[in-house]
Amino acid sequence: MEAEAVRVSPVEPKTAVVVADDYLNKLTGEKIERECKRRLDEGCTELVVDLSQTEIVNSIGVSILLGVIDSATNAGAKVVFSEVNENTVELFDMLGVSKHATVVAV
Amino acid sequence: MPHDKHLNIEDFHFPNLKGIAEKRNKLVHTFGALAELGHEVASRSNFQETIRTSLHLVLGSLGIMRGGVARYSRFEHELNMLAVRGLGDFFPLSLELCHEDERQFLTNGLAPIEVSQAAVLPFFQIYNRTFESTRLELFLPLVIRDETVGAIFLGEKATGEPYTSYDKEIVCAMGRHIGSAIAQRNMLTEIERRSDENRKLYDDLRMTYADTVKAFATAIDCKDKYTEGHSVRVGKYSEIIGQELGWGADEVEGAAVAGYLHDVGKLTVERKIINAPYRINAKESAELNKHPAVGFEILSPIHHPYTDVPLAAKYHHERLDGHGYPDGLYDRQIPYIAKVVNLADSFDAMTTDRPYRRRRPANDVFEDLQRNAGKQFAPEIVSAFFRGILKELNGEVKEKSFRKMLGREYMETEGLAISLRTALNGMTPTSPLTRISAE
Repeated sequence: MEAEAVRVSPVEPKTAVVVADDYLNKLTGEKIERECKRRLDEGCTELVVDLSQTEIVNSIGVSILLGVIDSATNAGAKVVFSEVNENTVELFDMLGVSKHATVVAV
Repeated sequence: MPHDKHLNIEDFHFPNLKGIAEKRNKLVHTFGALAELGHEVASRSNFQETIRTSLHLVLGSLGIMRGGVARYSRFEHELNMLAVRGLGDFFPLSLELCHEDERQFLTNGLAPIEVSQAAVLPFFQIYNRTFESTRLELFLPLVIRDETVGAIFLGEKATGEPYTSYDKEIVCAMGRHIGSAIAQRNMLTEIERRSDENRKLYDDLRMTYADTVKAFATAIDCKDKYTEGHSVRVGKYSEIIGQELGWGADEVEGAAVAGYLHDVGKLTVERKIINAPYRINAKESAELNKHPAVGFEILSPIHHPYTDVPLAAKYHHERLDGHGYPDGLYDRQIPYIAKVVNLADSFDAMTTDRPYRRRRPANDVFEDLQRNAGKQFAPEIVSAFFRGILKELNGEVKEKSFRKMLGREYMETEGLAISLRTALNGMTPTSPLTRISAE
């Protein structure tokens, strides 16, 4: 599998950074999901979702981020949520999101 | 604890502050999702969108990796997936159920079933491999008011932990919202279907009524070989006048029906009087003049979809100046529809051959109508009629009704359009009705 091969030899991992808005709801969340899928289709092996501007992640946002994780896992890619604020880190820990992605706190 | 002692924070024992805070956060998060779900279901947004959002909310509230919402079709005995997330391309979009499944759903009610326990359900046995490969863990039949309306399929939680009874309570509460949205949608669909059915039935009834009316008109016209098609023509002229007066579709249709049936009373008049090849005498005339009242008697017991059809039959020989029959009514005493039919009837009488005379030339007829506006005919009805003819002469309407009924040659009478236009310009401002309303 090509995706697997890229993942196990990350000499030059193809990293894509997607920056989220201040409020991760359905509208903005689905935009991010589409963008992430596009990047994965292009062969990206590391997906960084920058949440530095994101203050609130609601349930829809969580569902969408879990969808991103699922797509990335199927494509053999890693997911990193970066610059995550304290409340969101707690939420991710509580719901198990942190178990499937690297969460980097602010 | 003594009442007089002041309480300090140290007096309380907090066994697991972190655990309490976590529980509180979880509660806030799930209640937020529940509130959003309630708002989404109550909103008037697109149904598919509502279900998609609802699925997001269920998955996101408890951190569930994958899932789907299906709607149950009781006619096809199928669960049709409305929204799915992470279930993969091989998950069936439609799952067949049997009576036993339905029975067990109803027995179970709106309560989550763990996949390990759901193996007894016949449909689970059919789709077991798919459910296993998609790592489904929980199944919730959406039973609303003792009726299965759908189901929710849920995969593993992101924490990897099993569903707790608290999680199941939340899933149940959210399922009730989603089930209600589906039930409401089903009800709307049913109402729309019945309304469509009713509309079709109504259209069929109207068609039957229209056909019956036309059959009556034909029967009436059959009595008089010289005026064959008279009722149909009067119906058509009345319809055109109604349109030109700016009436609604139903009223225009009513005018046509009134025209078709205005002479129904002639069915009881002796054929030899109707077909007399001479000017009838006073006795015969008295007999013939009974037909409006007889027509009223025939039409009154019928429940017409339009008002005033019997009145049109009764008063279509009344004149504005009171010299008409049967009651010698004046202007405003005459029902409006009768005035319309009166003009249409008179026009047809002047423009068709009779046993004792040929039809009158077009310009002559229109002059007559103009001259009698305010005496026999209501001026605005004459104007409306003239406008209808002019529109056809100017090619502003597709249907060439006048040409069809009066013949091409008649309608191409030299100077007809000009004299109609002149008549229209001349009569509108000076018509008696206009003067009355101006005062």
